[in-house]
Parts: sequence; C-alpha cells; structure tokens
Amino acid sequence: MSIPRPDRRAQGAGATSMIPTVRPDPSGHFGRYGGRFVPEALIAALDELEQVFTIAVADPSFTEELDRLLRDYTGRPSPLTDAPKFAAHAGGARILLKREDLNHTGSHKINNVLGQALLTRRMGKKRVIAETGAGQHGVATATAAALMDLDCTVYMGEQDTRRQALNVARMRLLGAEVIPVSTGSRTLKDAINEAMRDWVTNVETTNYIFGTVAGPHPFPMLVREFQRIIGDEARAQVLERIGRLPDVVAACVGGGSNAIGIFTAFLADPDVRLVGFEAGGEGVDTGRHAATISAGAPGVLHGARSYLLQDANGQTVESHSISAGLDYPGVGPEHSYLADLGRAQYRPITDAQAMEAFSLLSRTEGIIPAIESAHALAGALQLGREFGPDAVILVSLSGRGDKDVETASHYFGLLDEAELRS
Amino acid sequence: MSTSLTQRLQIARDEQRAALIGYLPVGFPDVDTSIEAMRAMVAGGADVIEVGVPYSDPGMDGPTIQQAVDPAVRAGVGLPDALRAVAGVVEAGAAAVVMSYWNPIERYGVDHFAADLAAVSGSGAITPDLVPDEAADWIAATDRTGLDRVFLVAPSSTDARLAMTVGSCRGFVYAASTMGVTGARSDVSDAARRLVERTRAAGAGSLPVCVGLGVSNADQAAAIATFADGVIVGSAFVRRLLDAPGAEGVAAVEALAKELADGVRRRS
Repeated sequence: MSIPRPDRRAQGAGATSMIPTVRPDPSGHFGRYGGRFVPEALIAALDELEQVFTIAVADPSFTEELDRLLRDYTGRPSPLTDAPKFAAHAGGARILLKREDLNHTGSHKINNVLGQALLTRRMGKKRVIAETGAGQHGVATATAAALMDLDCTVYMGEQDTRRQALNVARMRLLGAEVIPVSTGSRTLKDAINEAMRDWVTNVETTNYIFGTVAGPHPFPMLVREFQRIIGDEARAQVLERIGRLPDVVAACVGGGSNAIGIFTAFLADPDVRLVGFEAGGEGVDTGRHAATISAGAPGVLHGARSYLLQDANGQTVESHSISAGLDYPGVGPEHSYLADLGRAQYRPITDAQAMEAFSLLSRTEGIIPAIESAHALAGALQLGREFGPDAVILVSLSGRGDKDVETASHYFGLLDEAELRS
Repeated sequence: MSTSLTQRLQIARDEQRAALIGYLPVGFPDVDTSIEAMRAMVAGGADVIEVGVPYSDPGMDGPTIQQAVDPAVRAGVGLPDALRAVAGVVEAGAAAVVMSYWNPIERYGVDHFAADLAAVSGSGAITPDLVPDEAADWIAATDRTGLDRVFLVAPSSTDARLAMTVGSCRGFVYAASTMGVTGARSDVSDAARRLVERTRAAGAGSLPVCVGLGVSNADQAAAIATFADGVIVGSAFVRRLLDAPGAEGVAAVEALAKELADGVRRRS
C-alpha cells in the first residue's frame, strides 16, 4: 500500500524520557492512539471494568490472591533459560529465554486471564466470554472459568478451529462452549466482532475477558498490567544471572500482549533496545502477511485507534500468517505509540523464517516453541548477527508448541504416508 | 440554515406524527439496485433515509445486516458509492444521512468527507461507534459545514452521559432501544420508552429523539410513534432485499415503507 506514514525507523534520541510514566491518559489514549471507539451501549461496562480494576489493584486481598494463583496454580516465576546451542546460530550472542511456555496452560495468556477472572468475580458476574486465535487465550480463559465456577463461551474463527483443533477439544474438556465464527475472514478479528456483539447484548451478566493489549480502554492498560509480570521477573532474573541488563529484548507481536508484558519493565532503560517481531506471512511485499506496524496505517479497529491493515475504503484487510495467534490485522495502541516514538522497533518475520527457528530451537535446545514465539526466536537470530557475540538478547518465549505439532508435521513432512494413514 | 433532515423532522412534528427513517446499506445486491431500493423507501413514505456504508467489521450489526454488507465490502463498495446514493435519495425527495462506522470516514478524511457530503446535499451522518468523547474532529468538521451529527444513547447510558451526548448531537438523538445489535425483535417498546423519557429529561429540549434497533413492523412503529419523534427501521428492509435481491425485493421494500408510514401515522 502506498500510504504516507511517519518514519518509524527514526531512532528518537531521548525517546525514553518522552514516555510518561502514567500511560494511558485518563481517557485511555497513548498519544494519538487508543481511546474508545465503541457503541455507547458498552461505555458503562468499560467504565465499570476500569473502576473495578482500579480499586482491585490497590486492594491487598486482590493482589495477594492473584499472587497466590500465579505462584501455586500457574507456576510462577517462570524460569530464565540460557540457550547456548541455539545462540550459536545467532553469531554467538547470548540468548536468554523467558519461559512463559512453562506456565500452566502453556502460554503467557494465563497471567492476564487469572487477573480478569478475579475481577469478574468482584463484579458479581457469573459468565465470561473470550475471543481466541491460536486458542491459547481461549484455553486460559476456559481454565480460569473452570477454576472459579464461571460459565464460559469462547468465540473462535472457523478457520482457526480447524488449524488449532486440539485447543478446541481442550476448551470443551474444560467445560467451555466454543462457538466457531463463520463471518468475514473467519479468524481472530471476526471472533472479536462476535464476542463484542455477545457482550453488548449480555453485558449485565457477562464480563469480556479480552486477550490482548488492543481493544477499547481500559483493555490495553488492564491487560498490560496483568502481563507486565513477564518483564518484571525477567529484568530481575537477567540482572541476577549476568549482573547487567540485556542489550535487546525480543518478542512476537500479534495484538502484542506478551511483547508489552516484557517491554514494560525496560521502557525506562534507555540502553535496552526493544524489538517486536510481526508476522510477515509469505512476505510483506506479497500482501499476505499480518505485519501491522511494518506495513499498515493508523485507523480505528475493535474500539481503538492504532496501526491497522486497511484498504483505501477503510476496510480491514485480511491478514495471513502460519501462526493463528499472530494472524490479526490490528495491534495494541501502546505499540503504535512506542513505534512512532522510536522507543520500540517492529520488524516482519516470514512464515519460513519462523518455521526455521521453530525447528532449530526444537533440535538444539529440546524446546518446542509456539509458532507465535518462533517469530521472536527468528528475530533473535537476526539481532544476534547484528549486535555481535558480546550481545545479550532476552527473548519472550511466550508459548509452547504442542498445539502446533500438526501444523509443523505438515510443514516439514514429518510423517510419511503410511504413518498418516495409520 | 437548517438541514433537510431537521426540516423533515419538523414537518412530521407539525403533522403530529413520528417520522419514518429507513436504513439500507449501499451496495447490496449492487450499488444501483440499493439506490433504487432507497428511492422506493421514499416513494413508500419514508421521510429520511439512512444510507449505510458497508464496513468489514460491523460490531453493532446483527446477522441480517452483516449478510447484506459482507458481499458489498468484498465488491469494494465504499463511501464514494454512499455519496452517490445520498444524491439519489435527495433527488427522490427525502432527507439523506450517512450511517457509517468511524474508520471509513477517518480513512476518507474527516474534512474531505464533510465537504463532499455537504456538496451532494446530504444532511449529516450517524456514527454508531463514535462517541462524542472521541469526536472532536467530527464536531469541528460538522460545525464548519453545518452538517448534522447524530450520536447514540443506550439504556445503559448514565444520566451524565445522556446529557453530554444530547449536547453533542445535531439533527436528532438516536436512541438504541435495547442492549444488543441490530435485528428484528418482538418486544422493543418498554425499554425504548424509558430511554426516550430519560433522554428528554437530560435536556434534549426540541431536539428530536428517534428510536432504532429491533423495529420491524407497523404495529411496533405505531407503538413507538406514541412517544418518539422518529422510528428507525433497518434490518426489516434489508431482509426484503436478502429474500429477493432484485426488482421484487425493491417492490417489497416499498410495500414495507408504506406499511410503516401508515404505522407512524396511526393514532393509538
């Protein structure tokens, strides 16, 4: 698309000091991004959610219960793992993996979901809904709902229910209703539309547990606050392990919750570079990708202003990625803000690059990553070559790859025809 | 100078009846037929036409409107086609307002859109996912051009938000009768009546309050006409075109408009 946009490659000198410590502003804006572009009918529910959240996080009984769940149920803190054999392919830079894949339910999504499920209970609501792409957020929500006796409905694009069938079964085992969404592109963006429609209709009894740092205010703030534990832990772990901060922090970005989660702890460290890796699909120049910041333009989608993939009529363009969790044409508004400031950089990683890193980490370190996280790993390989052997790269390993084994099996031809038949 | 929308609503008020406001999206089954159907609504007695702009992510619309809008989006129908429809409606003798989610307008350019809409004698726009809190650019553009701007109120709106929204509207206030998305419903009037009363109490004054969401037949229109300044019908018209996407559907649209126009004139 030939859309004029600000030069996001400009490395804003002093960008760090330009970032206000309290973000977003009271009306939910990160600079020109964020806000609330929703039907009036939802404003009261968003106000209620913001208010309950603000009171809860100042209430020790809430934070103690959340801390207890994160420790005893999720298994936090998640470890920091050196990946020297993988790093050997990255010019010898040191690569440290923040192991969100080892959380209960297999990804970082549980961090946010437990917080929001506790908020739901405080609101006295008995039903939760969620959207899901890869199924990680849906599984996490179904899990928290089972734990806290909440009815749970998960909306999932029909295309995603097929490529992530294992997670559909998992959600149903946990007692959730999974509703395949067959409108539009039949992926995550349409699942969000359908969840919003459910919410506006059932808002008195239902809380929407939103899975990423996108959507209308307060979701970008609220999800960030529940995910920032990734970076808070990792920063302390890296300091303890090597006695200094990392040179660069890498994370994959779909909506961007694990990336914001790990970036936030380092925003005030001007020497730490932050790089988000978007889904480049078949290549940004093919038009078949989900590289929202790299190739999109500012607009409004799903209740917030942010970068998005859109055409000349302002219609959302369908995204493409081998990774269902990154297959989203929007991105969280705080990422757009950090990109414009130059505080974080965003780069595309193609399907092929991600799958190469997926395979490499599996073989070198015995860790099968989620394909989403494999985008950050492929990015780390690039960064290692750029930064040289003395560099320390912290990677958010946001999820594990069990759900992706079938995709990988097809991609790499891991099973011969006889095995497929049996 | 008042817009044609304001004049139309005043005429209905002078006749001691509610106005009939009909919605159709431009581009279903194709642009020309959709414009014909809008003109058929006018022939049937609609006072005001909402010209819908197809959008890829219509979060406030139920299955009926989604089903009509999806193919229009895929066919590349957008704001330029909606402006053509506005001109067609105005020529047919009704007031035309654009109904659009915010991103197509932002993408077109807020000032550019206001200027082009005014140029084809459109009266203004209804923006279902733009609340006044986020509307500074739109309010400025409509002030410059004299266009109407219609925001929504909902049963969940607080009194403070009702007052703020009413203060930001020009043309009319759109009272979304129920919590939910667009689509025909059997019972709309109770919540709608309460919302209209609260909206008036919040300071609507002489600004008309029109009711939409769920209205599909003459009896409902007549019931709502007893307490609202206008009755907005959308999905029921769309359903006629979905059932018969051609001349037959256009005739059915006109027949429904006639029924509803009788409904808003009924003294019950």
